[in-house]
Amino acid sequence: MGSGGFSSGSSSMASLMENGDHVPHVLAVDDNIIDRKLIEKLLQKSSCKVTTAENGPRALEFLGLGDHDRLNSLEGNISKVNLIITDYCMPGMTGYDLLKKIKESSVMKEVPVVIMSSENVPTRINKCLEEGAQMFMLKPLKQSDIKRLRCHLVNSRG
Amino acid sequence: MAGSGLVLQLQKQLGDYTTSLFNEGFLDDQFNQLQQLQDESNPDFVVEVVSLFFEDSDRLLNELAKALNYQNTDFRKVDAHVHQLKGSSSSIGAQRVQRVCIAFRNHCEAQNIEGCLNCLQQVKQEYTLVKNKLETLFKLERQLLAARRSSFPM
Repeated sequence: MGSGGFSSGSSSMASLMENGDHVPHVLAVDDNIIDRKLIEKLLQKSSCKVTTAENGPRALEFLGLGDHDRLNSLEGNISKVNLIITDYCMPGMTGYDLLKKIKESSVMKEVPVVIMSSENVPTRINKCLEEGAQMFMLKPLKQSDIKRLRCHLVNSRG
Repeated sequence: MAGSGLVLQLQKQLGDYTTSLFNEGFLDDQFNQLQQLQDESNPDFVVEVVSLFFEDSDRLLNELAKALNYQNTDFRKVDAHVHQLKGSSSSIGAQRVQRVCIAFRNHCEAQNIEGCLNCLQQVKQEYTLVKNKLETLFKLERQLLAARRSSFPM
């Protein structure tokens, strides 16, 4: 819509993720069905397109980083998502494991990753931030958290 | 009673009932968050999320009943289920259910079977209570909606 240049005051997630005219696409990963529905709604309310995944392997598949995607690692998945938000505690591949895999990928490593958890464990938080997570957020998420997420993404861009 | 009188009465009933649920600790602010996310594009959002919660909780309580016994309880598996229940009850604002889950997890960590069995009883009770309360709340909302529609025919 429009020239996609100056988004005066509307502070939509779109302008903050340098997407120009495009609606930002967020991949939300959580093994809990209620939390998936909640995060999806929260992000949609902030004008994002949302894809949800119920675990790490499915998320990686969606990003084109799955086990069967080795041959496609350089093709077309770069602009697939603008943000990945993932729960920490998931069976099998944790959010931390997923974060590591994303940061190891030459294609996906620039995509900001946000970790969510219901538990406020400093060592866990530091571990994630050190591995390159953009932010750590405490569940349950609220609309004010999504606003804070937007602000943080603006300020942290170098 | 005249249409608009009924609407006012139902509005008051709904308001008072909702307030009581917060005052008695059945619901916390997270439930408000859910209500704020509901809009014309998704007018049944709260009912949808809460229905998911009911389905998921029924499943988890079932799993917990099967997993807890005096012979060979796998406490890690029990804890995983309680963690899920704690998460989803927290996400919808079912405060009393969430609180019991916290105690429940402590018993899992201590591998205390009696403690776990007690907590299972408690969490079932709290879940049943909040489920009934929420179903009543939704019923009042439907009655109010119906009364509004019939007193202001388009």
